[in-house]
Amino acid sequence: MNAPLRVLDLHKSYGGREVVAGISFALNPGECYGLLGPNGAGKTTTLRCCLGLTTPDGGDITLVNEPVPQRAREARMKVGVVPQFDNLDPDFNCAENLLVFGRYFGLGDDTIKARIPDLLEFAGLAGKEKAPLRSLSGGMKRRLTLARALVNDPDLLVLDEPTTGLDPQARHLIWDRLKQLLAAGKTILLTTHFMDEAERLCHRLAIMDNGRIVAEGSPRELIAGEIESSVVEVFGEAAPEWAATHAGRYAKRVETSGETVFCYLDDAAPLLTDLGHRPELRSLHRPANLEDVFLKLTGRELRD
Amino acid sequence: MLTDMSFNLRWFAVWQRNFLVWRKLALPSVLGNLADPMIYLFGLGYGLGGLLPQVGGVSYITFLAAGTVCASTMNAATFESLYSAFSRMQVQKTWDAILNAPVAMADVVIGEWVWAATKATLSGGAILLVISLLGFTRPDLALWALPLVFLIGLSFAALGLIVTALAPSYDFFMYYFTLLVTPMILLSGVFFPLAQLPPAAQLLAQLLPLSHAVALVRPLLLGNPVPDLWLHGGVLASVAAVAIVVAIRLTKRRLLS
Repeated sequence: MNAPLRVLDLHKSYGGREVVAGISFALNPGECYGLLGPNGAGKTTTLRCCLGLTTPDGGDITLVNEPVPQRAREARMKVGVVPQFDNLDPDFNCAENLLVFGRYFGLGDDTIKARIPDLLEFAGLAGKEKAPLRSLSGGMKRRLTLARALVNDPDLLVLDEPTTGLDPQARHLIWDRLKQLLAAGKTILLTTHFMDEAERLCHRLAIMDNGRIVAEGSPRELIAGEIESSVVEVFGEAAPEWAATHAGRYAKRVETSGETVFCYLDDAAPLLTDLGHRPELRSLHRPANLEDVFLKLTGRELRD
Repeated sequence: MLTDMSFNLRWFAVWQRNFLVWRKLALPSVLGNLADPMIYLFGLGYGLGGLLPQVGGVSYITFLAAGTVCASTMNAATFESLYSAFSRMQVQKTWDAILNAPVAMADVVIGEWVWAATKATLSGGAILLVISLLGFTRPDLALWALPLVFLIGLSFAALGLIVTALAPSYDFFMYYFTLLVTPMILLSGVFFPLAQLPPAAQLLAQLLPLSHAVALVRPLLLGNPVPDLWLHGGVLASVAAVAIVVAIRLTKRRLLS
């Protein structure tokens, strides 16, 4: 089976600044592939190029076997999109939102109307056909947006930060639904900057920074390959001074952020013994996770 | 497998979307659009008309009725293609949502264009109905005027969509009203015959699309032969065709770069 999406050496500049600087990746059918990166890394621009909503300066894109942007409309017949910001139609109720959107795919009213109860059921909105949009919570709107993206029964689902702004309950429900879709054989491309989301959902992911892919692999591979196996976080007023004088003896890498010191190491025992003599410092020993990889590769400075 | 032909009709789904919204508020919308022109028609028609002898061979209110149809068609097309289209594009992000489906930018703009012209026709049509019920024109002539009203709607909707594609915010529309819409209402023969203007202003009036709309609709509604039918119709059709191409191009530049 062909890759649902294949991107080769994609370039895109805005006003002389290269936002996407030559990235390549391909999705395997049935997998969830994540694009991770800080704000401004080029994730959303990459998605826009892949959907044919903006013309790249260079590179090749094949979306569900169609060249993009040349045949982007044909490709979008088999793609569902959940955008970063809700753009449901505030003038319509839930069912009308789905009906009107299905028409954009050239689907007949009868076909769409037959699908609406199942779509709402899937989104946890059963019986809400007539509910006006303003009566829905943020989580319900997100789920309706997901249902809308499924109205054409797409092969590939593209989600741009699907759980940003949602409470934990709502996020878990979205994750559960995305897993169901994967189990049903759909392919998912998602962008996120939530590491737990990426670790839970993505079979493979790419970490983007400054328009480039700086690492690619499964979450487990990235953690094993890019970073030491465990982390000791040390807190307290005296932590920065302790880091400067002692931490380097025990840890392979030490990073200080305010009054917190992150010590990356494979064998934590000697460092923990040292900390045992310093009651003024508090500490937390944990296995390294995707966030550690992310911060190592993209740095700690703020991106606005 | 869907053919390319089915894509060619995709703009209609955009039109349908707007129609579905309008249908929910159809009656207040039509009545609201009717109130303003009717106040002008009766206020000026009787108030000012009482002071005047006949204008162009008919009573002033009969003369004004045709102008009112044109001006209010223009207004309805302009409001829909400016404020309503801008909300959908910029505030509600409705166009962004549509573009994620297999619909092209040109389909969205064309759907909005035909919709604004449709709404303008509903508005102009309501006035035609009222003035034919009141005897200011004959019902059969009013019916003949409907396609012209639709053409007028297409011209001004296309111009409005250009402005929308360029607008940073709602405030920008004031310029369009002050610099174009208001002068057009006053200098296109809506309220008085163009011949009343000094020659230079008459020449200027020929450049305004609304003059050509009035030049078509007034003789028709009065039951007179329409002079230079193809010239005036051609001007309106050309404005519509050129403006919609420009509007599509500008909207693409705005949303798809």
